[in-house]
Amino acid sequence: MTASLARRLLAALLTALAAVCLVAVLLRLVPGDPVDAMLGEGATAADRAALRAALGLDRPVAAQVAAYLGGVLRLDLGESLRTGRPVAALLAERLPATAELAAAGWLVAVALALPLGTLAALRRASAWDRLATTFASLGVSIPNFWLGPLLMLAFSVRLGWLPVSGRDEPGALVLPALTLGTALAAVLTRMVRASLLEVLGEDYVRAARAKGLGEARVLWAHAMRNALLPVVTVMGLQLGGLLAGAVITETVFAWPGVGLLMVEAIGQRDFPVVQGCVLLISLGYVTVNLLTDLVYLWADPRVRSEA
Amino acid sequence: MSTGGGRRSGAGTGVRLAAVVVALWALLALLAPWVAGDAGAIALERILAPPGSPGCPLGCDDLGRSQLARLLAGARVSFEVALASVAVSATLGTALGLCAGYAGGRWDGAAMRVVDVFLAFPGILLAIALAAVLGPGIGNVIVALAAVGWTGYARLARAQALALRGREHVLAAVALGTPPARIVARHVLPLAWAPLLVEATFGVAAAVVAEAGLSFLGLGVQPPQASWGAMIRDGVRYLLVAPHAVLVPGLALAAVVLAVNLLGDALRDRLDVRLRER
Repeated sequence: MTASLARRLLAALLTALAAVCLVAVLLRLVPGDPVDAMLGEGATAADRAALRAALGLDRPVAAQVAAYLGGVLRLDLGESLRTGRPVAALLAERLPATAELAAAGWLVAVALALPLGTLAALRRASAWDRLATTFASLGVSIPNFWLGPLLMLAFSVRLGWLPVSGRDEPGALVLPALTLGTALAAVLTRMVRASLLEVLGEDYVRAARAKGLGEARVLWAHAMRNALLPVVTVMGLQLGGLLAGAVITETVFAWPGVGLLMVEAIGQRDFPVVQGCVLLISLGYVTVNLLTDLVYLWADPRVRSEA
Repeated sequence: MSTGGGRRSGAGTGVRLAAVVVALWALLALLAPWVAGDAGAIALERILAPPGSPGCPLGCDDLGRSQLARLLAGARVSFEVALASVAVSATLGTALGLCAGYAGGRWDGAAMRVVDVFLAFPGILLAIALAAVLGPGIGNVIVALAAVGWTGYARLARAQALALRGREHVLAAVALGTPPARIVARHVLPLAWAPLLVEATFGVAAAVVAEAGLSFLGLGVQPPQASWGAMIRDGVRYLLVAPHAVLVPGLALAAVVLAVNLLGDALRDRLDVRLRER
């Protein structure tokens, strides 16, 4: 148990380190001179040299990575080229909005998928099952940059029930959360259904029924516990994915989170800010994945002995 | 994703319909330059004209350009990007995965660590970051998507190679002194392709969404070139007065993605492949 725990922590730490290094050299990937791309044609040689020094691009790559890594440890991610404000402060301002959206989207997904997937598995080939499978296919096929405008059109423009965009008015969270959560809800619905169907066919469930337990008890005390194990993994992994999906959803709804900050910074070629956003989202992703692993380790004794 | 029940076996109507949609998409993409008409023709007198107006059967956008023409031009872009990025990432990923799995040991470990690093980033985020630094344009979109997409193929191919390298026909080839590269190509790959093909089908759907997503963010093809994602982005501004500007490209996009996904499901059932969960 302790050994596999330590292994996982170490692996997560190494991945985080690799992520920081990759982000540090991200600017190096710009074809030609990144400084030209940022300043445009009309810049003087002095401007260029100044920016290059400010970004540390005049130093060797290894030194750049080391400097960035050192900065990350001190929570210093450089300054925005536009506003001159520290990137860490910008991120801290925007993080609550993204966390709120990702959490709400995740809740939407779980709240839709658990009942729908369970009903579909229990009443196989019924109308519920057809609804669940149709929803599962549609949900993964409708991208959130289309679903968002569709919901906006229906609930904000036509019905006038909810605000179109922004985060200030009450109810503003509803449409972005639905938009972000739907695709995950579709994936989870399919998984819950498949997983529960598989478990319901197992001997131990038949044994539980044979000893005269009620259906409800068979389902909740016996089947669900095992059926939900693989679902928990996906729920966790996808929570990390939601952080990335938030980039597009935030853009659709002008939701002032890290994703919107990143898209704005890309438009302004403000690369230190872009780097900071990529770093924050990646580290969030690694952390969530690690937590998922740990939950799984705790919930499934079979995983503990393996690895 | 694990398979659903075995209910969907054989080609149902849904699958046939999906095949028709995909075939139509491919055909229109190939013929777009000839049948689309001028996707860039600006006509100020029919700005945001609704579907059915003269000259624009599917309506016009904010510059009075025909949505039908732009839809067809966009079909070509999405088709090109999807095929090219999947071809590159599937080839690279498969080659790397097969070699790693067949070689085993240190090489395998090193290759899989690289895969892990890529998987540490959420795919779409990495694609956005790459597209942002590479700059806009169809070629860069393909590079960004291929750079993100290869890991799935590498993992699958590695698992297949690991399972196959102990098989007797492979051992026989080794005993005959066949060079490793030839063994991988001739004796391992032919038995390993089924899950890779299924993965590639889903990969096409994912690439279509990703291309449209990048274009939606302004990181894909640049104006005046048409892309479904860019059409949706431009349309959102006129949601109040001209909902067709968002509905038309979105419907095309969702139909193609749904159709490709359904074909992937059918293929998976047909080949009886269980893709590993990610």
